Amino acid sequence: MSVAVLYAVTGLGLFSLGLYALIVRAHLLRKILALNIMGSGVFLVLTALARRAPDGPPDPVPHAMVITGIVVAVAATALALVLLRRVVETTGQPRLPDPDSE
Amino acid sequence: MAAEHVSLLPVLLIFLPLIGALLSFVFRRRAAGLGIATAVAVFVIAIALAFSLTRPQRYPVGGWGAPLGIDLVVDGLSLIMLLMSATVGLGVSLYAGGYFHARPQLARAFWPLWLGLWTALNGLFLAADIFNLYVTLELLGLSAVALAALGGSAAALGGAMRYLLVSLLGSLLYLLGVALLYHAFGSVDIALLGERASAQPVTLAALVLMTVGLILKTALFPFHFWLPPAHASASSPVSALLSALVVKASFYILLRLWLEIFEPLNPGRGVTELLGLLGALAVLWGSLQALRQTRLKLLIAYSTVAQLGYLFLGFPLAAAVGPAAWQAVIYLALSHALAKAALFMAAGNIVLFGGHDRIADLDRVVQRLPLSLAAFAIAGISLMGLPPSGGFIGKWLLLEAAIEAGQWWWVVIILIGGMLAAAYLFKVIGFAFTRAPVSHEANAVPPVMEWTALVLAVGTVLLGLWVSPLLAWLATGNPFGVGP
Repeated sequence: MSVAVLYAVTGLGLFSLGLYALIVRAHLLRKILALNIMGSGVFLVLTALARRAPDGPPDPVPHAMVITGIVVAVAATALALVLLRRVVETTGQPRLPDPDSE
Repeated sequence: MAAEHVSLLPVLLIFLPLIGALLSFVFRRRAAGLGIATAVAVFVIAIALAFSLTRPQRYPVGGWGAPLGIDLVVDGLSLIMLLMSATVGLGVSLYAGGYFHARPQLARAFWPLWLGLWTALNGLFLAADIFNLYVTLELLGLSAVALAALGGSAAALGGAMRYLLVSLLGSLLYLLGVALLYHAFGSVDIALLGERASAQPVTLAALVLMTVGLILKTALFPFHFWLPPAHASASSPVSALLSALVVKASFYILLRLWLEIFEPLNPGRGVTELLGLLGALAVLWGSLQALRQTRLKLLIAYSTVAQLGYLFLGFPLAAAVGPAAWQAVIYLALSHALAKAALFMAAGNIVLFGGHDRIADLDRVVQRLPLSLAAFAIAGISLMGLPPSGGFIGKWLLLEAAIEAGQWWWVVIILIGGMLAAAYLFKVIGFAFTRAPVSHEANAVPPVMEWTALVLAVGTVLLGLWVSPLLAWLATGNPFGVGP
């Protein structure tokens, strides 16, 4: 098992951990953090899989994808945090409202 | 010379709304005028593209070309989707001009976000590689969430938050699939992947991840839970955009990947039958939930859940009879886009007029807002699948495919779905004719808001009369592969 595969498996582990927390945790900040951890997991997989040959130079294309992905993740997190603040301001609770209660 | 001129039109379809978004952000006082001007220009360019496109076009942005650069590709399927967003986009822009006239604070946020959303949408329909699809999908999702939150009520914010979480989860699942496909086959270009991909475990894993991510974003049953609160609590022009266009984008990606990468690998009947089954359940569950609703906008949102279900019937039927089923599905998607935009606009007029959307208290709307109710009824005809309308043609083609495939159970689902649609739409129309126990003060509705709803509704009838040119455009470049 090469180092690259180890990183890739770790990435999948992070993805699964994040998915678990996203579903189980009710607090919105924890859900946002969970999504960020899932994102890091995907980026780790992309970076690890970029090393195609054990001794050759890594493939730069997945690295470029990761950089784009990080930009998207930062924007998404910013939007999520602003929304979270507005939700807390209007409802007083950092949770999703129950859709059936309206 | 002519060919070079044509190839610039797709680029304009992305850059015009982008420039419009930036200008309307900088010149906030003129945002509405800039936005409507941009919408007219994008509409004209989409029509010009439709009339000049004789074969699929590939445009390498910046002259780099694949695999390094970003390519734009337009074929019949992209073209129909671009026309759909151009028509609905122009209608919603005119409507929004009236709607936000009395709400200048909201208008300043609406126009840049909506034009940004349109940029992402056009970029998505023109994208030639799966990573570019990811970026446009995220841009689309983020601008859609911001638009959904625009109303600022607790319901709108909660709905938008749920929408954001689901949307990001869907994108990450999709991105993981992109990573696996790139690792296995060394390309993100859809056409190259179609040539190189082979049936192996990693392809199957990518198929599952991307499909789950995309049906989550398309709100296929049982992942539809986020759609009704987000679509129903948004401002009316935004509801129209979300229901008519945004959910179709993720379906488009799924269809594109399926047609070009996964279907040739024959992943087995299990996948197509499962997607068809979920689609059938969505038709039934969405329609029954729509029937139960007491609020007009929630009813229309659940109707979207049901109508999206029909699109997934294409998977098992196309496996049996080939491209005819996809023609039917695209026709249904197109008619639904126009009809649903018209319904949400008419509902928006009713909410603006009476100050509420309780169905039981619709106090003789038919006499007071005749144009809006006419729009509601005409768009309803298309949703029920009655002639002459685009919905009728789509369902007819779908029924034909189901009968040809000898799969009568889909026929039953399509017929029951149509009857349930009639039931929930007539429920609204019935209350619109009767006097309600509580009457309320009425607000004036700008005429442009009534007329745009009516024009889009009449558009669904035109779709029913103008079938062969549209199907000819859709067949450009043979996007659904060779028929049996």
